Amino acid sequence: MTIALINAQLVCPVAGTSNGGVLMADKQIVATGTFAIPEGAEVIDCRGRTLSPAIVDLGVFTIDVPACHAGGIVRVGLMPDQTPVLDDPGIVQRAALIGRPGLWIHPIAAATRGLAGKDLAEMAINRDAGARAVGTGERWIADSGVMRKVLAYAGDLGLTLVAEAQDGGIVGQAVATAGETATRMGLPSAPALAEPLAIARDLLLAEETGASIHFRIVSTAAGFALIRAAKRRGVRVTCGITPAHLMLSDIAMTDFRTFTHLSPPLRDESDRQACLAALQDGTIDVLCSAHDPRGPEEKRLPYADSAHGMAGAETLLALSLGMVRDEVIPIERMIALLSVNPAKVLGLDTGTLTVGAPADLVLFDAGAPWLIDADRMVAKAGNTPFDGLPVQGKVLRLWKGGTALV
Amino acid sequence: MPASDHSPAASLPGRAVFPHRHLTGIAGLAPHEITFLLDEAEQWVEANRSRSGNDDRLRGLTQINAFFENSTRTLLSFEIAGKRLRADVVNMHAAQSSVKKGETLIDTAMTLNAMRADVIVIRHGSSGAVRLIADKVDCPVLNAGDGQHEHPTQALLDALTIRRRRGTVHNQRVVICGDLLHSRVARSNILALTALSADVRVCAPSTLMPAGIERMGVTPFTDFDSALQSADVVMMLRLQNERMAGGFVPSNREFHLRYGLTLKRLALAAPGALVMHPGPMNRGVEIDSAVADHVDQSAITEQVEMGVAVRMACLDVLTRRARGVEGWA
Repeated sequence: MTIALINAQLVCPVAGTSNGGVLMADKQIVATGTFAIPEGAEVIDCRGRTLSPAIVDLGVFTIDVPACHAGGIVRVGLMPDQTPVLDDPGIVQRAALIGRPGLWIHPIAAATRGLAGKDLAEMAINRDAGARAVGTGERWIADSGVMRKVLAYAGDLGLTLVAEAQDGGIVGQAVATAGETATRMGLPSAPALAEPLAIARDLLLAEETGASIHFRIVSTAAGFALIRAAKRRGVRVTCGITPAHLMLSDIAMTDFRTFTHLSPPLRDESDRQACLAALQDGTIDVLCSAHDPRGPEEKRLPYADSAHGMAGAETLLALSLGMVRDEVIPIERMIALLSVNPAKVLGLDTGTLTVGAPADLVLFDAGAPWLIDADRMVAKAGNTPFDGLPVQGKVLRLWKGGTALV
Repeated sequence: MPASDHSPAASLPGRAVFPHRHLTGIAGLAPHEITFLLDEAEQWVEANRSRSGNDDRLRGLTQINAFFENSTRTLLSFEIAGKRLRADVVNMHAAQSSVKKGETLIDTAMTLNAMRADVIVIRHGSSGAVRLIADKVDCPVLNAGDGQHEHPTQALLDALTIRRRRGTVHNQRVVICGDLLHSRVARSNILALTALSADVRVCAPSTLMPAGIERMGVTPFTDFDSALQSADVVMMLRLQNERMAGGFVPSNREFHLRYGLTLKRLALAAPGALVMHPGPMNRGVEIDSAVADHVDQSAITEQVEMGVAVRMACLDVLTRRARGVEGWA
């Protein structure tokens, strides 16, 4: 099947922005820009809308095909925190296949058995079963000796370790960042220091072992300072963030609405500003949704008793576009943060509009307005801290390997 | 006259003087609204003392005291307050409720609502739980303590005690000492006392000092002796061991050494300084018996007395709309 997408604004993290089209055949991109339309090709007029690589969402917790499609996502890096934990080849293989053909799941296998942080998991066998990275899940490996072995072994296999950047000993049962807001609300809180403390140790270990490490979400000024310096030293480190941590500070928690109960918890305004600065200066590599839909059974509870997490897949693109409109980042960088960069962490050859790349494409109207409405989301649950927020940017069409999904 | 001492009840008609549907916390109350509640409570102090406290203004109304966390004194205080106003008072203990069977808090709230309660008094172990219930029910909700968040009637009764004993709250130097981190009483008191223009100092070891507390308008101290200088009121808090995961202080003995209120320490405060404690007290830990039982300076039993009056006032004010009181309906 040959499809010619014409009259689009092309946004590619490599080639930049231009006007033209994309020709897809045999699941791949075969031409871009201006090209002769082959006979028999299906022609789709994009009417000047934006065409870019489809989104690769790194670090989701739930396989939620409708939400991903609504958000322009065709591939997800699935966190190992599943039931059962992704630490066994059979489970990894099943997870890898469960969303196809509409959604490609790239499992992040548990780095330690049961995510317990004690014994190394069978990383090589799990890699052969389909795992694209290994991870600590939402847990912190407290034992530095174990963490060193995890990084060394993962490095041998060429697998990136997706790490949790919070010192579990300091975090304890905290649900908020220590500060005025948490104090006024009387919520169990931990100092933001828990993040750089964890990052500092793991960076040193990654540097020593030569392994590649990706911190799934970083949200503090001190954390970014460490990563910035490490990148300058040549440490193989990348990091991600969610739109929530870029756009909301802990003030958003003040009405006890559990949709703002996230992990890591929302930080104070100075850290939020540091997140925006890190986004601008290139320290942040990945924008992710941390998609974790939670129903009322887990969210309609007192704040500290509620589950953390947000449904983010279908709002990821629109919220990211908001940062482009606010001139925080240019659109090419936004697309890189959503496609090629997370793809690299997972070792995937996708995320660009180059000839030969998989035909994973999203066509979106960057100006289409809509209202985020928790009750009307297509996700498995509508737990978004952005409920009621007007946004712009809607997915019009989506292709995975040249097959239309939306 | 400072703004906080302004009593607008005379100038503001009915509901305008206290427009809130619930009392979930001191946060959100204007100074004149706090003063209004204190003024309302004054009449009940006198009525209770003269044994003419029984009043039938809540006759026919159902007051449910839903206590999801153990309490003796607060529950008793609310029960007596309701009964003195002739409300039909029902106490619901968590141990006897469906909560133990897995029912969610929202389900419980909806059940209470379906039973057509006229006012619900709630205590819960989680911060924000009372707000959660208040959003789901049709009748007024009174917070009797939620987690580490707020305990507004305790703050009101403390402010009333100070006002009666010291003449005013304005400019009083109040030291709040003890387990600030886990204390809802401290949070509500800080909000109420600073709103009423008191000079509030808080004192605790750094392990029990909430982050950013100075942004609530108080001065933090880790040295009790320094904090006590020229204090007009010393409010002690107990160590809430049941809320502590792991040790925040090495031992009760060491805590007493550094933060226990003894007669010797009390002498560092202003002459005649008032001693307060929300109870229950750990005698010999945060407070010595000689101080707790000090005839002139201890106001601890008076606090209990003020508690009933404050709760009567709150129950009265919050149900005025439902009762069709002129200016409130």
